[in-house]
Amino acid sequence: MDIETIAKKLNLEVRSASDRLKNNVTGGYTGDLLSDVMANSHEGDIWITRQVHQNIVAVATLKEHAGIILVNSCEPARDTLEKAIQEKIPIMVSNLPAFELTGAIYNLLGKKD
Amino acid sequence: MVAWNKLKITVHTTKTENYLYTNSFDIEGGNFSKAGTIATGIKSILKELGLPNDVVRKSAIVCYEAEINVVSYARKGFINLTVTPKTVQIEITDEGPGIPDIELAMEQGYSTANQQIREMGFGAGMGLYNINCYSDKFDISSEVNKGTFLKIIINTPQCI
Ligand SMILES: Nc1ncnc2c1ncn2[C@@H]1O[C@H](COP(=O)(O)OP(=O)(O)OP(=O)(O)O)[C@@H](O)[C@H]1O
Ligand SMILES: [Mg+2]
Repeated sequence: MDIETIAKKLNLEVRSASDRLKNNVTGGYTGDLLSDVMANSHEGDIWITRQVHQNIVAVATLKEHAGIILVNSCEPARDTLEKAIQEKIPIMVSNLPAFELTGAIYNLLGKKD
Repeated sequence: MVAWNKLKITVHTTKTENYLYTNSFDIEGGNFSKAGTIATGIKSILKELGLPNDVVRKSAIVCYEAEINVVSYARKGFINLTVTPKTVQIEITDEGPGIPDIELAMEQGYSTANQQIREMGFGAGMGLYNINCYSDKFDISSEVNKGTFLKIIINTPQCI
């Protein structure tokens, strides 16, 4: 399933790299501790977090995540956005808390495209 | 530092062993806006060399954690990367406060990260633990008020 489909179904607001919404999402990971995400997330994951600092872009780039979703309406910091545009990492914002958003995406990915 | 897209890959011969690639990269202490760029660059180099995904993935995690620790705790440091047909060797040297109790620092969950570092999502106390998990050989030594030295070897299955 691509990011665009997920963004539409869950009313996500896209904040960067809107030309990369065809990125394929193959799984997901939820976490705010960067070392945990580094060790345990996978390529193609959508990363759900409430971290807004620019280092999330470095992690998503290195792990080749499909994109990042910020929960609880958290907005990315200005330098986070600049980096995300540069590195072509889609950052989206959801008004849901992490638990609900994770559940919703889990269900979406569990279904056939 | 080398521009990633200008890399030429040739096999060099030293007295001891053939190596496919070797280079050194500087890390600036305290500069979180650049944190992760060395690890990202090294990952591209290893991919370009055609190393197996698993080796690339482990090397990227190890380099990232080591780089972040230099940025978080040391004044400055550098990473030496050497790729041979059988191994990826990663050495990280820094000038900084050093680690008084290495055994304790290696424990999952132990961290001295300050509030500012924690607010950015670091400080879970998982970095060194992860480095140990994802390396085939890991040596660490440190001198208080001088610096820290890590040597990591990741084996490449014979297929390049
Ligand atoms: N290069 C270094 N120089 C000085 N102290 C270090 C260095 N690397 C690690 N340490 C010390 O060892 C502790 C544990 O490091 P480790 O990387 O495992 O966790 P962390 O950096 O605290 O958190 P995380 O890596 O999960 O974000 C650090 O909190 C710090 O006290
Ligand atoms: Mg660390």
